[in-house]
Amino acid sequence: MVDIARASGVSRAPARRPGRLPAIRRLRRAVTPLAWLGPAIALIVVVVLWPVYVMFNTSFQHFSPDGFLLGPAGSRNFTDLFAESGLSGILERTVIWVVVVVGVTMLISLALAQLFNQRFPGRRVARWALIAPWAASVVMTSLIFRWALDPNSGVINVFLHDIGLIKSFGSNEADWLGRPASALIWMIVVAIFVSLPFTTYALLAGLQTIPGELYEAARVDGASHWRVYRSITLPLLRPSFLVALLINVINVFNSFPIIWEMTQGGPGHETATTTVFMYQLKQAYIGESAALSVINFGLVIVVVLVFLKVTRWRDQVTA
Amino acid sequence: MTDLVATERPLARVRADRARRLPASRKLILAVVAYLIAIIFLLPYAEMVITAMRPPKELLSAGYLPHHWDFSNFTSIWKTGFGTNLNVSLEIAGGATVLVLLVALPAAYYTARHRFRGRGLFLLLVLVTQMFQPAAMLVGIQREFLSFGLPSPVFALILVNAGFNLAFSVWILNAYFSSIPAELEEAAMVDGTGRLGALRRITLPLALPGIVTALIFTFIGAWNEFLVALTLTSAPNQYPLTVAINNYVGQYSVDWGHLFAGSVIATIPVIILFAFIEGRVVSGLTAGSIK
Repeated sequence: MVDIARASGVSRAPARRPGRLPAIRRLRRAVTPLAWLGPAIALIVVVVLWPVYVMFNTSFQHFSPDGFLLGPAGSRNFTDLFAESGLSGILERTVIWVVVVVGVTMLISLALAQLFNQRFPGRRVARWALIAPWAASVVMTSLIFRWALDPNSGVINVFLHDIGLIKSFGSNEADWLGRPASALIWMIVVAIFVSLPFTTYALLAGLQTIPGELYEAARVDGASHWRVYRSITLPLLRPSFLVALLINVINVFNSFPIIWEMTQGGPGHETATTTVFMYQLKQAYIGESAALSVINFGLVIVVVLVFLKVTRWRDQVTA
Repeated sequence: MTDLVATERPLARVRADRARRLPASRKLILAVVAYLIAIIFLLPYAEMVITAMRPPKELLSAGYLPHHWDFSNFTSIWKTGFGTNLNVSLEIAGGATVLVLLVALPAAYYTARHRFRGRGLFLLLVLVTQMFQPAAMLVGIQREFLSFGLPSPVFALILVNAGFNLAFSVWILNAYFSSIPAELEEAAMVDGTGRLGALRRITLPLALPGIVTALIFTFIGAWNEFLVALTLTSAPNQYPLTVAINNYVGQYSVDWGHLFAGSVIATIPVIILFAFIEGRVVSGLTAGSIK
């Protein structure tokens, strides 16, 4: 379709108008795309690009705790940020958070996509249930888990008590969110839970693009299930796997509601990631918060660039 | 000789057939495992509904199900200003959806139909914004809208939600428009309809599944957005649902009954919308992100 349009445009136009295009026509040619794309570009500039500029600007300004601009700050916001005693722990936790959540999500989703790609009666309903954590707001899902982990009457604790893993309610061992280490584990569980639907569906979409004849040919040749999966499914699933991986890394890195609703990053900053820490700082130290945002933003850019480079996505986009 | 070939062919076909079709017992195991997983995915939301119907007195008793069912949370919640919050969410999500439609449709159509200088750059810009999240630039968004002195946070949230959901819509619509042959439009134009007539009668109806999918994804995204809404709103009558629900969490106690009743009400529209596009979620993702 594209080729036909291009071919007709190229071959017909010079035949009718040899030589230079009239100035008005050339102007129209340059302006027409702007009329169609202008609103989209304007929206992106106002909502996405301009805030980036403002954020950079803010990171070099000095603010009073209640938000009044006091003047330029030079690089003080950054030196203050790096002097924060909790920062190394927060960075370490952010890496653990992203790697564990995304890694486990991708592994489970591979299995789920394989399972839900099989034909069995009632598949539609089962797939539909899978969407639930995607449809419900993450705020709500996080609050459900916070409630279910309530040390006195949370349903998860009731269950753990019934099977004998917890001896008494209201005890320290039942207070999962009160201890930073166990709180982080539970928040990772919730983050995986809410990431699974999108990832599984993205991989399902990838599985459906693999032609069935390939499988039949492999089976006629007598290849084992595992061999078929390794040699056909995994390589052909690569594009959707990479897209899901990238989107998950960015989503999980920027994830805010789970930690905010379950522990608010506390006690202190002991369960905060850099995104949550940025929000905690924003309450009183806007400049420092902006400095951390700049660093977060830089990390996202690096991840995206590495991804585009590794997958040579640009070629596919502009082709 | 011919006999040999004739008997070999069907044999191979039978074998391939048998391999493709799963044995009944395996199929049963697969189905049971899948149902179990589906139930695990629904359990937290079942707990949400159950807690919403738990009488306040039973909130502290440890048991799976309440002894009495109590629906009063669903009626008393409207006295906490929840109706206003529902309205705000409808305005934000509805406004963002309309704005995305108005902005993404022409951009996606033009990039699908024309090759022009800057096309690759525009598509790359869209792709890159898909990678950005409001959380990474929250301070910038907050200070930008403060400096604008915007009268209503609803307007700001419409802009922000539209801006961050635009990329996905442009991609998915671009893929749909590209898959509709330009000859169809040209044929209609030859038959005497103008360019806009061809667009209205041929292209838009054919792209309708893509348009609906893009709009529903935008609506759900805006409906569930939390962080920017939390940052840009300051009074309870400005809160959308996610912030209002978060607000039932007090400093010392949590109003779990209203919190989950509100969550149930807020989730119902999303479930209905997802039901509309259930079959297209997979194809939508293929078009939108794996091009």
